[in-house]
Amino acid sequence: MSDDLYREQILEHYKNPHHFGELEDADITQEGDNPLCGDVITLYLKLDDGRVGDVRFRGRGCAISQASASMLTDLIVGKPVHELKTFPTKDLLEELGIQISPARMKCATLSVNTLRVALNGDSHEEDD
Amino acid sequence: MIQARALNAEAVRADFPILGRQIHGKPLVYLDSAATSQKPAVVIDAMDDYYRRYNANPHRGVYTISEEATAAYESARQRLATFINAASVKEIIFTRNTTEAINLVRYSWGRANIRPGDRILLTEMEHHSNLVPWQLLAQEVGARLEFLCIDDDGLLLLDQLERKLAGVRLLALTHQSNTLGTINPIKAITSAAHAAGALVLVDGAQAVPHMPVDVQDLGADFYAFSGHKMCGPTGIGVLWARRALLESMPPFLGGGDMIKRVKLNEATWNDLPWKFEAGTPSVAEGIGLGSAVDYLSQFGMERVRSHERTLVDYAMEKLQEIPGITIYGPRDPEIHGGSISFTLPNIHPHDLATLVDREGIAVRAGHHCTQPLMERLGVAATTRASFYIYNRVDEVDQLVGGIQKAQKVFA
Repeated sequence: MSDDLYREQILEHYKNPHHFGELEDADITQEGDNPLCGDVITLYLKLDDGRVGDVRFRGRGCAISQASASMLTDLIVGKPVHELKTFPTKDLLEELGIQISPARMKCATLSVNTLRVALNGDSHEEDD
Repeated sequence: MIQARALNAEAVRADFPILGRQIHGKPLVYLDSAATSQKPAVVIDAMDDYYRRYNANPHRGVYTISEEATAAYESARQRLATFINAASVKEIIFTRNTTEAINLVRYSWGRANIRPGDRILLTEMEHHSNLVPWQLLAQEVGARLEFLCIDDDGLLLLDQLERKLAGVRLLALTHQSNTLGTINPIKAITSAAHAAGALVLVDGAQAVPHMPVDVQDLGADFYAFSGHKMCGPTGIGVLWARRALLESMPPFLGGGDMIKRVKLNEATWNDLPWKFEAGTPSVAEGIGLGSAVDYLSQFGMERVRSHERTLVDYAMEKLQEIPGITIYGPRDPEIHGGSISFTLPNIHPHDLATLVDREGIAVRAGHHCTQPLMERLGVAATTRASFYIYNRVDEVDQLVGGIQKAQKVFA
């Protein structure tokens, strides 16, 4: 785990987010927000034969929340929906590769919580 | 007798043990006093001394240390009465904090006096603690909330005041905005409200620590503030109210200490101020706050205000030089207290606060418990730097340096 919260890869995802935009024919559109920080994302999922065929997101907020959403889209595209229903938060945190302080954890996990709400109806936050 | 002392920030800093700390290898630059102030050693020692030498439940024991505890706690109340120029020590009600003081008024005065269809006037710049209690009361009794708006400089639109006061029972507003720094002209507003038949509650959480406050001169009916923002400990705050009002109000919390005589099915109430203080009070915290009042009184609140005005003046000038910055609140330091909110393009306030923390600088990022105000300003969050007696001009320079460094990261 890097101590540099704003390492190059995170800034790169923040400045040039992957899968950024909307899907007009999305099967699932899910908004998520952290009212305390003002971070907002909307996740658009196109399903294809039980898998995530395509994904987009829109959002605004801090670099951690937006970079983590961008990374999450890379991790879930093409994956089976039944697996993603229990997508582990730690997989996303490992991808971020930085030490997240308790105060910033909500930012880092906004996208994955929104994904769980999109697929399960609620976020089923785990304790891991 | 308190010896007068010049306000030299360098000398003041030596009184605050925490300011000797290093954060990420850099000296702590604490710019979040609007959230909570740091504590001088004398305040910490006063509480420590109580616990070590005369810890006892006050008001009841007839033994020596209980009498000492009672004397120390009640002497703190007397010093607070003098500090805000209350007409009587009986008007100083100890609460847990400003929020609890406002809720005391909501539950006691509000439930007894606000009727269906009555209006409560608030402002767009209120902290949630002076908004949500009135939303709850309005929902409970069927009253209506009205709001005094602000202009783009963060000043109340006082030309609307007279019109908005029609039919209003209570006007509740902040003395100084915790987000914008705006200092509201309470005395003029209060006299307009009284002329319209409304009572006035003032949230003084950001005012009492930073400027002279004379509750009799302001003329308000209720005035609430917290100890922890004025060099005192957490867990102790004050509700001041005019004595006649307090006499007429029903109790807030029921329990020990607030009663005179209790039978199985009824009770009579203790005299002021204890009628509103149920249960064992926060004794150490009260004593600590009394010590904080003594500490601030050495300088005098005029000097505290003038020190902060110098810092705000300098910070405004320096921050304005940062490309793209938006500063909120009035530019005139005469009506801008010691706290400055701003946003930068392309850097979220949380990212900025995290990055300057690496330089040892503590600033606030977020909505500052003023979400409706954030909506009015059209932002999700701001960064806020707030000053106190221990801050130096060069700490403003360090903040500016930290911001410039953050801008390079996000360039």
